[in-house]
Formats: sequence, structure tokens, C-alpha cells
Amino acid sequence: MLITLTTTHHPATDLGYLLRKNPTRPQSFELTFGKAHVFYPEATSERCIAALLVEVDPVALVRNRRNPSGAGGALEQYVNDRPYAASSFLSVAIAEVFGSALSGSSKERPELVETPIPLQVVLAAVPSRGGEAFLHRLFEPLGYAITVTRLPLDETFPEWDESFCYRVELAATLPLRQLLSHLYVLVPVLDNDKHYWVGDDEVGKLMRRGEGWLAAHPEREIITRRYLKHQRSLVDDALAQITNGDEPPPDANAADHALEEDAIERPISLNEQRLGSVLSAMKASGASRVLDLGCGEGRLLQLLLKEKQFTEIIGMDVSHRALEIAGERLRLDRLPAMQKERIRILHGSLIYRDERLAGYDAAAVVEVIEHLDPPRRAAFERILFECARPATIVLTTPNSEYNVKWETLPAGKFRHRDHRFEWTRAEFQSWANTTAARAGYTARFLPVGPEDAVVGAPTQMAVFTRT
Amino acid sequence: MKIIIPELSLVVLVGVSGSGKSTFARRHFKPTEILSSDHCRALVSDDENNQAATGDAFDLLHYIARKRLVAGKLAVVDATNVQAESRKPLVALARECHCLPVAIVLNLPERLAHDRNKNRPDRAFGPHVVRQQAQQLRRSLRNLQREGFRHIHILNTPEEVDAASVGREPLWNNLRHERGPFDIVGDIHGCYDELALLLRALGYAVDETAHTLVPPSGRKLVFLGDLVDRGPKTPDILRLAMNAVASGAALCVPGNHDVKLMRKLRGRDVQINHGLADSLAQLSSESEEFRIRVADFIDDLVSHYVLDEGRLVVAHAGMKQSMQGRGSGAVREFALFGETTGETDEFGLPIRYNWAAEYRGPAMVVYGHTPVPEPEWLNRTINIDTGCVFGGKLTALRYPENEIVSVPALHAYAEPRKPFLPEAASAPSSPSLSAQQQHDDILDLADVTGKRLVSTRLHGNVTIRQENAAAALEVMSRFAANPKWLIHLPPTMSPSETSGVPGLLEHPAEAFAYYRHAGVPRVICEEKHMGSRAIVIVCRDKNAALKTFGITDEGIGICHTRTGRRFFDDPKLETAFLDRVHAAATAAGYWDEFQTTWFCLDCELMPWSAKAQELLKQQYASVGAAASASLAAETSALELAAAHGLDVAELLSRTTGRRQMVADYVAAYRRYCWPVHSVDDYKLAPFHLLATEGKAHTDKPHDWHMETLARLANAAAGGILIATPHRVIDVTDPASEADGIRWWEELTSRGGEGMVVKPLEFIAKGRRGLIQPAVKCRGREYLRIIYGPEYTAPENLARLRSRGLQAKRSLALREFALGIESLERFVRKEPLRRVHEAVFGVLALESEPVDPRL
Repeated sequence: MLITLTTTHHPATDLGYLLRKNPTRPQSFELTFGKAHVFYPEATSERCIAALLVEVDPVALVRNRRNPSGAGGALEQYVNDRPYAASSFLSVAIAEVFGSALSGSSKERPELVETPIPLQVVLAAVPSRGGEAFLHRLFEPLGYAITVTRLPLDETFPEWDESFCYRVELAATLPLRQLLSHLYVLVPVLDNDKHYWVGDDEVGKLMRRGEGWLAAHPEREIITRRYLKHQRSLVDDALAQITNGDEPPPDANAADHALEEDAIERPISLNEQRLGSVLSAMKASGASRVLDLGCGEGRLLQLLLKEKQFTEIIGMDVSHRALEIAGERLRLDRLPAMQKERIRILHGSLIYRDERLAGYDAAAVVEVIEHLDPPRRAAFERILFECARPATIVLTTPNSEYNVKWETLPAGKFRHRDHRFEWTRAEFQSWANTTAARAGYTARFLPVGPEDAVVGAPTQMAVFTRT
Repeated sequence: MKIIIPELSLVVLVGVSGSGKSTFARRHFKPTEILSSDHCRALVSDDENNQAATGDAFDLLHYIARKRLVAGKLAVVDATNVQAESRKPLVALARECHCLPVAIVLNLPERLAHDRNKNRPDRAFGPHVVRQQAQQLRRSLRNLQREGFRHIHILNTPEEVDAASVGREPLWNNLRHERGPFDIVGDIHGCYDELALLLRALGYAVDETAHTLVPPSGRKLVFLGDLVDRGPKTPDILRLAMNAVASGAALCVPGNHDVKLMRKLRGRDVQINHGLADSLAQLSSESEEFRIRVADFIDDLVSHYVLDEGRLVVAHAGMKQSMQGRGSGAVREFALFGETTGETDEFGLPIRYNWAAEYRGPAMVVYGHTPVPEPEWLNRTINIDTGCVFGGKLTALRYPENEIVSVPALHAYAEPRKPFLPEAASAPSSPSLSAQQQHDDILDLADVTGKRLVSTRLHGNVTIRQENAAAALEVMSRFAANPKWLIHLPPTMSPSETSGVPGLLEHPAEAFAYYRHAGVPRVICEEKHMGSRAIVIVCRDKNAALKTFGITDEGIGICHTRTGRRFFDDPKLETAFLDRVHAAATAAGYWDEFQTTWFCLDCELMPWSAKAQELLKQQYASVGAAASASLAAETSALELAAAHGLDVAELLSRTTGRRQMVADYVAAYRRYCWPVHSVDDYKLAPFHLLATEGKAHTDKPHDWHMETLARLANAAAGGILIATPHRVIDVTDPASEADGIRWWEELTSRGGEGMVVKPLEFIAKGRRGLIQPAVKCRGREYLRIIYGPEYTAPENLARLRSRGLQAKRSLALREFALGIESLERFVRKEPLRRVHEAVFGVLALESEPVDPRL
């Protein structure tokens, strides 16, 4: 990976003093993950370009187990953009090679340390999964003029569209120390993937390098979150392993996809209204022992737990990762004993019969059915209506008619990439009534969210009552 | 005194402290059979005599006793048991586990116990304790029978105790040593003529007037009960059955009708209904002596039998696993009536609890009792009561052939309260799901989660760890196709040992050597196609899909990935694709040749980019894009620096070399990508014909598979199927090996993926069991997309050579064994959960952490 720093400050070669690297002598440095080389493609008093070239050892990257925290199991370890694209490795190299410049000391030019000088940075390849807009959102608030060129994915296959990798040019007049701090923090944030960190005190480093600018940055939340990226669990690794070779890991982008759906529906806070409606229906049923089937990260469980009416609450989901998050959200290991006895979360599936689910008063099945392939729906119906067979079932699903109202959703697309189908109101009601009749239930229907005269409400809800 | 106890019983020792119970127990029972309250007190409190721990100690004792009894193991309770309330939970426990409670009472003089206790420092309680216990014991003696003890043995003197011995006898129902073969006949209900016809059809010699029969050599007849009532010739049936049982030619279990008749004959007050009047009328012309013999015969019948080393259970109304081979009132009730839910249906008949739907036992259960139009298998159980007396037919099951033989009723002798035959007006034999297929619509979580052991024919028990099962559950639930389609998932494959040839990681020489050392002389080399592994199932028509797979409305087949996911998201595309394969099979004459209505292929589906599009874009192409851009920029910066006179020559040359390797890498993945617009753009290369009706073709060598599949490929229109180029190599002949190596060099120099080397036999075993079913040798350029663009740099290659294959090879064998197991279970028509267990196992094993580059 390569980064070049150019200045037209006069004399431009002062850059060498600030970086404490002699423009006439190329130098190499051993790093734990490879080598860094500093050289000056050009060094005149008018213009001085310093280049930092980092060679990451691709084999050590994989073999040296203690290094890449958070790396997933799969193939991507060797076939990896880490040696080429700007990432946390670059931050580490900057700190190692330009340490004194980063911390603001210069023996020969101390007065220049805090002096704004014209600087231009070129990063040859920067991954930005948040797209071009995100690059602008990160750098513009800090006063940079930014030029972004998207790299083609593969010119042989133009139908593959563009890559998420960019050539980025930044220009601003500011002290070199500040520029290096910005890069140190923001390059890994852009990357948002598999950080390489050598130390434990990442929070401390973030505070130090972000001093004076991070607190005022409008994107500080996402910067902090991505900089301190969480580790993956064992089960995630196992999942990645299963799908290795053919498909991306199933949940690699689950959080992003959920965010997409969230972003589509956010303008009307549909999720809150949906959970509120489900909660009302559950309360109205008079149930005390309840199930949340497909509880995901536990938002509904949180609401159920607050209601004294519910004496036993079971949350079940097929995603182990989602359950871990639910456990954290509910603070399951810190709940007082009386509360803890009321709630349990289970790993399970709605297409396998599960005797643990039998005998409850009510079940919520919120935004689940549209994630099942239609051929599996028959099993789902039998497991829910015949085996679990709670007295009341509250089930929600998107109303596909409403999709035309979403400004950000392209026509004909589903709201979430994992949706296998979306139903119109007529389709949903026909399914619900047929299923109810066969299983000995009656169904009533309620809109969730703002109801449009033509296309109805964004979410449709059925309340099934056992007869 | 010889004490005889049933081999499975709960033995309750009764006696005061110091009466010698522990000594007695040690003399007559195994240490593991004895559950001592003193020992349990010590286990929970470190003190054998800690009376405060008594409650917990007995909880523990009862817990262990229950575990033993459920597992079919005898248990001896060594505690005083002098109080009725301490014996009561033990009697209840024995009943719950359907085994008999036995009391052995040491009723010795009190003085003896006092003397013994005096010599034991740890028994510091006063004499009043023993006195009180002795009183309680004396009061108990006359109540034991009423409390529910079936066997009571009282030893009154030390001499009797010393002289006693304990013998064990098998239960009456234990005929495990009877190996058959058997002919099992369903409910007869007085249909003597039909029985005679059926027996002759089964090859028995029958003398209808003498009421005798002679079985074909070695066979034995089994009557499933309900010999009597409703039909015209009940006495004839009884004569025949009694003679046959007496001569040893037949076994008989009682039916509820038989038992009711017996009770009536014994003078009990029973309701005369459901055809009992017919039997009584027919028996009224018989002698009193005959009626007494009949009553005795029925009274002596044993509720059910466990036969053939436990592989077969026969009972009139069925027998659930927890009751098989046990004796209790509840077991007898179940054998006669089955279980009912307590509700009644619209005909006023009790609604039966469908025990067979939940049956998970290893033994086959053959039963009758409820008339059904056709005998149907469900979870290794089968009901063969086909309602002869109601005008249906009389049915026998030949065991172990599992062949059904029926004769139609000559008349309808009675009217069933609930019609059991399909109405004649209903659609003429419209295909429908079998009972097993309907049952298989849903699978049980308990059959797949948690730590599991899956037994395989090829490789013993395969362990599935809990976290791997959890990962598989998620993949199976969210992404996999209908489990009814999933009869096989392909195993992973190990590469050959690492080569020492400069510049290479893999080379055929190591693969050949592996098989030579394993004792395999001939191997087959098959070109490795770079696509996605696919399993393709094609049925002759939708009817075959329904009959064989229990699938409705999902087309005539499936093409799924190695994780069980449907290959094509677009159903129209899938249909068009499967239609092509179907047409090829028809043209190649597969349906007749294999006498089949379906087949299952193991294939590679190309292009790789069709399924791996996202992965290619997100990963392979992205790396190429970032690397090309970055290295190009680095090169120009270095060139500029060099032009300005800086000494960067070494770095520049290395960077130029890296740039070339990245270009080679991009060329490598591009080779496996082509755009797909329609079904014509796909290529399918089948390399195993895994299974057809009744057969898993794992007994055929690989050259047979190649030849058979080449015929399929040649018969296919439009070039959608391709035959796999291959060579058979003799690994004991260096010239032949050299040919194989040359061929590999040719393939890989053109950028090919390489080849797969397999023993010529599909399943090869060596000295230490199963041998790798296949080993892959991948080409140098192809490996760039596995080991990264720059893997060929000498400093990288040197380190990559140290790689361990052991975990991968162990995994490959376990997955192979599971994959074959699932196929074999499927072609044997086992319940879906059994097939799914093995399929699920492969998916779970795939989540084991193994170097993914191997």
C-alpha cells in the first residue's frame, strides 16, 4: 500500500525535517507485519513528495495467529486486500515510521510543527464500504478538499459494476501533525474490516489521536464504533467456515442489511410502531406465558419484560449471533434473580418441531415469515399452529403494496435482501385465513403504521386466536 | 432357599439396621447394582450416618435407580425400608419404569442386630432405634403384597440367609433368541377361510379339518391377536392357533377381543358387544372342556414378544420403546389397546394417541388392532390389520424380508363403526403422500441439536459437536432447500501431500504415492473442473418426485449446492436446467437401464461465477482491483524516485515482480468466469451417479461412473452436460505414473484447476480402515486464488510448504462416511429424520475449523 504526502510550502524540503526522514536517502523499517519504506520521488524547494510504501507479508498475516484480531476464518485470509489497500496497517506504519511527526516534535524545525502548511495526500487504494459519500462525510468536516476516483472492479466484466475501492486525494492547509492524526484514525474507520492492532489500549490511542477534532466531528459516533470494532464469536467463525468457497458468510453483512431496511423505514419509525402494536395485541390476549419466535436482537423481549402481565417469556432465534446481542441488550447475566426467572432465550428454528415451545399462551412472530423460502412455509405453519399451538399468535409481515411509498426503495425490490417474498394485503389475508381455518384458529387483521387510502399500511399484522 | 427374581426388577431389601442387608447384597448382586442409602448419605455429606442428609441421600438413590431401570438394568435398594412410606416411592418407581418390584425381607431376631451394631463404632445409636425398626418391620410383613410387591421373599433365620441363593429369570416376553424368519398375521376375527388361503400363499401346508399347519422350512407363524369375534369361524381359528402354538409352529400375542372373550368364559360380567356374541354363539356348540382350554390358552398369552436379538417386537396394538421387553399392568394395557387421548371422535370411538409417530426405537414393531386400508411403514412400525372381517383383506408381513402378502376377504362379515376403506367414488388411485412422508413433513429439533453420535456403516460412530450442530441448524434453517430433497451432501476433499518440486505446492507424484502406500494399485485421475459443487436430483415426472421424495409442487428435481442451498434462485431457470438433464437421461435410456424413476448426480456446475458471483466481486475482484491500483502507483512513485537518482532498484524490481503476480492472479480467476444469460450458458460435469431406485452406486468402480455418465453427456442436447476427461493410472508402474503426471502438466499449463485422484474402487479400505476417497492436485496458477496472488514468491512458498493435512483428511473421511450413509438410508427408505441426521452431520462437520485452503 502506498501513501504520498506532497507539500508546496517553501522550502518544500522542510517536509523532510518534519517527518525526520532524509529526502536523499531511501530508508526501510522492519514492522511486525512486514516492511515500510520511505523515499522521496521528488524533493525540490518548490515541491516535495514523501512516499510511504508498506509491504505487508501476506503469509505472516495468516500464519501469525496472534495478529489479525477479528479476522474471519475463510479463504479471505490469503486472498486478501490487506497487503494492498489502505487499512489499519497503514495507521500502524504511520505511528511507527512517522512517530515523532505524529506526536508533534521536530528537532530542526520546531516552529513548523504547529504551522499550517499546504499539504496534499494521495492514497492509491482505499476501501470504503460506505461508498463515496462516506469519504466526503469523514474528511470534509475537517476542512479537506477531497477528490475521489472509484476503481473499476474488473474491466473484463463491466457488468460487475465498480469496486468499493477508491483513489483518494486530500488537500488542505494544516499542520502535518494534524493531518497524520486524521489519517491515523480515519483510515481504519473507512475500512471497517478486520483491524490489525498491536496493543490493547486502543481507546486511549483513539482519545489521544482524536484530541481537538474528534469531539466536534459530526460523524464521531460511527468513527468511534468502527475504530473499536468488536470481535466475532466462535459460531460466526463456524458459519463462515461452512459457506467458505461458494458464498459470502451468511451474516457477513447482516448488520448492514438490517440498517438498510431500517433506513428505508426510519422516516416513520415503523419499527417502534410495529413493536408497540404487537405488544398491545399480546397484552390484550390476556397471555401470561409468551413466546417471541424469531426474537432477533431482543427489542420486543425488552418491552415484554417490562410488563408484569408476562410471567414467562421465551425468545427464540435461529441466529446465534443475534441471540448473543439480545443477551447483551437484555443484560441477561446481570438481571435480578426474580427478573431472570421470567425470561429465557433459546437457539432454535421455526422449521424444526421443538417441544420446548409447546403449551404457551401467546406467540409473537414479528417480521419472520418473509425470511422463509415458500417451500419451507408448510413446515413453519405446522410447527407454529400444530406443535407450538399457543392460544394467540401475533404475526406481522411487510405489506408489499406500500413499497411504492418508500422513497429510497427501488421499484420491485424487497425491503431487506434476505426477504424471500413480500405479500400484498390480499395475499397475506388469504394465507392467514386458510391457515387459520385448517388449524382451528380465527384471524383478525390490523394495520401497523400510517395507513394510506390506496396501498394500506406499511406493515400488516394478523392476530390468530385458537378456537 | 432359591430366590428367583425377574432379570429386570427393582429389588427392595427390607431389614433393621444390623440385619446384614449390605452383606447379603454384596453376596448376590454386582456392586454396580447395589444402591445403598448409607453410601448415598456419604456421597452428599461425607458421612454415612448423617441423618440430616437422609432426604438428599434418598433423592439421589431414587434418581440413580430410575436411570438404571430406564436403561433396562436391575437395581437393588440397600436401605432399611421398614416403613411403608419409604417403600411407596420405590413401588411407584418400578411401576413407572414398567418393571416388577421385589421385596427380600431379612426378618431376623432383634438380638442379632443389637450384637452386630455394638461391634460397629459408627453405629452409636441406642437399642431403641433397632427395636422401633423391628416393630415397623413386623407390621410391614403382611402389607407388602397390598403395597404392590409382586415377589416377596422372607428369610427368617441366619441359617436361611446363609443358605439363600438368588437366580434370575428372563421375562416371558423375552424371546430374543428366536431369530425367525417369521410370518406375522394381522387381526383375523374368525376369518378362517381367508387365513387358510393366506397361509397357503405363504407356503404353509394347512389341514383345515385337523386344524394343523406345517410351516415352510425354518419359518414360524406369529398371530397378532384378535383371533375371535365378528367373523364366522372363531372356534376353527382357536383350534388352529392352539395347535400351532402347542407344536411350536407359531407364537401368539393376545388381542383385546381375545381377552374379553376369556373373561366372559371365566364368568366375568362383560358387555356383550363388538361381535363377542358371534364368538359365544359359535362356542356354545363346543364342549365345556374346549371352552376351558380356550380360556386357559388366552389367559396364558404373553402381552408382547421381543424377537430376533431385539430387532423385532410384535404386539396387538403396538408397543412403545420404553415398554418393550418389560412387564407391568400398563405394558399389558398398551399391548391390548394402545394409548388413547381420552377424547372420542364423531363415531364415538376413542381417539388413539399416535405412538408410532413419535417412535424412535431401533426395533421394528409389527402390530394390528386398528383397521387400515393398506399397511404403511411409519418410523419402523407397521400396522398390518387390513380389516379382513370388514371386507378388507387379511395381511401377513414376512420378516426379515419385510414383504407384504395379502388375500382379499371372501365376504364382508361385519360393518365397521367407522369406515376404513377409501370410498369407491373417490379419485381413482390419485397419488398421495404415504404416512411416513406426511410424518416427515416436519423434522424434530431434538433429532439434530446438541452433541450427537451418528452411526455409519463405513466409519463407525461420527461425533457431531454441539457448536457445529448449532451452526448447521442456522444454515439449514435459513438457506437450505426442503430437507426431503437433501439425501446427500458431498464431502470435503484433501489435497495431496505437499510437493518438493521447486515452484509447486502440489504435484500428482504425492497422490500416486499415497494410494500406493495404502495398498491401492490402480487409481483414476479425473480433470478437476472449476465450478461449484452441485448435487442434482432428477425425477422422471412429478409423480415420481412425490412417490420417492414426498415432494409436491416443487418440480421434478433440484440442483443444490454443497450446503444444501438451491442453486438457482429463478425457478424457471431451474426448471429449464433440470428439463435438459431429464431429456439427456431419457435419450440415454437411464430410466429403463436402472429400473428407476429418479437419479442423483454428484457434479461440478460451471461457471464458478454463476454461484460465486458475490464472492468473486466482493473478494477476488476487489483484491485484484486494490492490488493493481496500489502496485501501479507504487511502481510509478519508485520509477520517479529512480529517475531522480535515488537507489530504489531492489524495491522497484520486487514491486514489479509483485505486480506481475497480481496480473497472473487476475488472469487465474477470470478463467472461471463467464457471463450467464440463460440456461445455455451453464455446463454441468457429473462425475458420480450416486443413486437410483433401491441402489447407491457406491459399489461400482469409478471407471463405470465415468463411462455411464459419458453416455449421459453424449445423449444431452446443447452441450449442457460434459463428460469428464480421465485416465486410469497403475501406480505400481512408473511409466503409467509418468503418463499421469504428463497429463496433469498439460492440464495445468493451460491454466486448468488440476485433477482429482481417486482409488479405482468407490469405497477403498486399507489396513487402518477407510482410505481417502479422493485427493486433489491443483495447478500452480489456480492456487493463486487459494493462497493469494503472491504465493509463488520463493520466500512465501517456502513457508506455505509446512501445512498439516491430518485434520482435513480425518474430516474428509468422516464426511464421506456420513454422505454415503445418508444415501444408503435413503435408498433403504428409512424415515427422513434418519437420512437428515447424516446430511445434517455433514453440514455440521463442515463448520469444524480446518485450514480452508486445503
